Amino acid sequence: MTALAATETLSRASTVQKVVSNGGVEAWLVEDYAIPLIALEFAFKGGATQDPAGKPGAATLLSGLLDEGAGAYDSDGFHRALDEDAIEMSFSADRDILSGRMQSLSRNSAHAFALLQLAVTEARLDAESLDRVVSQIAAGLKREANDPDFVAGRRLRALAYPNHPYGLPVHGELSTLPTLTRANLIEMRAAAFARDNLKIAAVGAIDATALAGHLDDVFGRLPEKASLNLVAPGAFSGTGTRHVDPIDVPQSTIRFGREGLARRDPDFIPAMVVNHILGGGIFSARLFREVREKRGLAYSVYSQLVTYDHAAMFYGGTSTKNERAAESMAVIEKEISSLSDFGPTEEELDKAKKYLIGSYALRFDTSTKIARQLVNLQSEGFGVEYLDERNKLIAAVTIEDAKRASKRLFGDTKLLVTVAGNPERI
Amino acid sequence: MRDGEGPPGAPARFLDSDGPPLKAMDGMSFGETVAAPEKVFLNPLAQAQAKLARPAITQAKLANGLEIVVIPDRRAPVVTHMVWYRNGSADDPPGKSGIAHFLEHLMFKGTKANSQGKFSELVADCGGQENAFTSNDYTAYFQRVAKEHLGVCMEYEADRMKNLVLTGEVVGTERDVVLEERRMRTDSDPSNQLNEAVQAALFTQHPYGKPIIGWSHEIECLERADALAYYDRFYTPENALLVVAGDVDAKDVIGLAEKYYGPVPARGEPPKRFRPREPEPHAHRLVTLFDEKVEQPSHQSVFLVPSYKSAAPGEAEALEVLAQLLGGGQTSLLFKTLVMDGKLAVSAGAHYHGTAVDTTRFYVFAVPAKGVGLAAIDAAIDAAIARAAQGVQEADVRRAKTRLVAEAVYAQDNQATLAHWYGASLAAGLGLEDVAQWPKRIEAVTPDDVKKATLWLDKRRSVTGFLLPPESRPASTGADMIDSLAP
Repeated sequence: MTALAATETLSRASTVQKVVSNGGVEAWLVEDYAIPLIALEFAFKGGATQDPAGKPGAATLLSGLLDEGAGAYDSDGFHRALDEDAIEMSFSADRDILSGRMQSLSRNSAHAFALLQLAVTEARLDAESLDRVVSQIAAGLKREANDPDFVAGRRLRALAYPNHPYGLPVHGELSTLPTLTRANLIEMRAAAFARDNLKIAAVGAIDATALAGHLDDVFGRLPEKASLNLVAPGAFSGTGTRHVDPIDVPQSTIRFGREGLARRDPDFIPAMVVNHILGGGIFSARLFREVREKRGLAYSVYSQLVTYDHAAMFYGGTSTKNERAAESMAVIEKEISSLSDFGPTEEELDKAKKYLIGSYALRFDTSTKIARQLVNLQSEGFGVEYLDERNKLIAAVTIEDAKRASKRLFGDTKLLVTVAGNPERI
Repeated sequence: MRDGEGPPGAPARFLDSDGPPLKAMDGMSFGETVAAPEKVFLNPLAQAQAKLARPAITQAKLANGLEIVVIPDRRAPVVTHMVWYRNGSADDPPGKSGIAHFLEHLMFKGTKANSQGKFSELVADCGGQENAFTSNDYTAYFQRVAKEHLGVCMEYEADRMKNLVLTGEVVGTERDVVLEERRMRTDSDPSNQLNEAVQAALFTQHPYGKPIIGWSHEIECLERADALAYYDRFYTPENALLVVAGDVDAKDVIGLAEKYYGPVPARGEPPKRFRPREPEPHAHRLVTLFDEKVEQPSHQSVFLVPSYKSAAPGEAEALEVLAQLLGGGQTSLLFKTLVMDGKLAVSAGAHYHGTAVDTTRFYVFAVPAKGVGLAAIDAAIDAAIARAAQGVQEADVRRAKTRLVAEAVYAQDNQATLAHWYGASLAAGLGLEDVAQWPKRIEAVTPDDVKKATLWLDKRRSVTGFLLPPESRPASTGADMIDSLAP
């Protein structure tokens, strides 16, 4: 347990400063001058859950337009200003957040923050850029249209959350994308870009005073309160059914899922450990061993716990040749059922805990990764102290906890299964 | 050279030039990747202008020939341990395509002392991450762990450098895994099938034209004996490069390397790579794939150009700047002319695959806007290249160079990126100095150098790939496109 001992002696939380600007904008800062860089990450709550009814993709489109002309700059001028100082800036939308990130050489940071301010508060959202970004998103949707990974994944979400924003595609649909208007985006921005709705982290060669000044410039003029539409809790449906989307390819791409455990559920941490034992991203996970190593059924096989603000799911997948799709599914179901019935072994639990505790440090080895972790943590509602508590919570998971969480997670072991390909006997 | 002569001096330099440098990370890898890749820097680079102390990189060599590079990064108590072998898919024997990649999978099957899964279990127990990848010119294995576990990773990695054990059963099962990997990456994806056909057309003779993962019919026939023969030939200390990046002291790393890698017996000399040279191309080729799964057509052109290893001094850097100026982001020439002004495409770009041992590839690509045929895209790309060949703007060159040099600084934020960049460069035959001098050499590129580099983008040196839905086959669009491509 060297890894455990090492992480316990080092307080990660103590490296984080809470910075509050004069205008009341808060950010978490890790000050580090080893490299003359600054990384900043931020997120507004809302994301695709706030897409207008019947018009999925609005948050994605809005995020895609923030750097396409702002203030006095048109799209080309804005990108030129970024490129001339090698400033990296990008925005994206996910189900629950619209997020942005900026990376700059410290000598150009004043310019970088000034451009970020324009993108956040003065993006033009003009017609020409809107048309262009819509066509880019549409091209992406067309490219994915018959890609088995996307087809099976999209189908699973649609069946799992049929009457909920989580069932809709974040990037929208070809049929409804063109109906999105500038007015839709302006309304969405006005509702979601607010200070009570914002989480920020900065890492690198900048001190608290300088950062606070920039925070006021960039975010200080935003309205104080967001006005988001309420999102109902999403229950996972369709469990126990299978759905095939026929595509003429030699392989069946399988996705499976069922209700998961919420991030704030007291059994979430034990469930995370159990999922790691089943299908976590290492070569000794049960699914990896049984599906890939022993039987050669697939190259990739995994499972994960997905937590949204208003739902939680257990989710996994594999890709296997059409003739052996049924066999692969049977092997996966057998492992899930064994975990539900008996839970993991003491040895599995011990090893999973060691891995999860030891590998936490690898999430904090670059400025951009640290900034993203710190924003995620804030978005999930945790305080700085969680950086140190997290590994203790994992260390405290007992075999009883793991068995209880297995039972709760896998219960009757029924899954919703979607397949893209030409599977035999599914 | 647009009127028929080969690019100046190119043939003589195609192989074994001790010419200039590098730049890395653009190798396609087909490793054991389970997790999604992190952000990939196209032009990572260690040290740069930015008034920054140059990282104290240490280089050493053990008596058995194993080369060592140590890259300090003291910010977090973690370390990246990589072993690179200077052999990749381009060294697959004829008829055995995919053997480099297959062996990479088989390297996880255990040794006399450590049965299958032991090494992975050890890495997992210390909270580490591990993986491996195969490219055209190299194969690499890595672990990322807390720094106190560096020694034990070396112990296991050194063990599998010489003691691999393979049974027929394990080989058979893993072959199925690789075939599933191929089905997933290529056989279910028309755009990758097209990529494969384009590469095969571009390299008529050099093995870069073979897919890294191999052709299905050849993978199916790879046997235990093939794997062991390949292992025996290439997995030697003289052919290996150890790269350690992280919170470590160079002296300690070299001491540990002596302890664990030192006892691996030397073979006398490094294995030789036998690669037939690619002849000078004279004919443009068009490769078209029609597939019912395609709803979004796309266009790519790939040109045969010198690599950092094979180019004359300054030439590869000029190609790098040209790729950035022509197709790096939204202010690039292609994006501006095809997307912003012409409204012909929704995206367009270019990329120079410079880190290679032999003559390599320069990519130009575009995704057409709705209703625009690929012939129109092709003509617009030709026009943009022709315009660059007339001369480029000083401001555009400056902006391109600024971004490239800055990526060198950004790369320092990620020790795994740095380790990858140094490893790939050295495995492709470049030296540490080439890596260190890269920003300076990029800075030295002039508008005239960039203009000269456009001479490599002669259509006759290229293969164009069209990805199309089936309905375009009988229709006039297909024929038009082919007609319009005639010289």
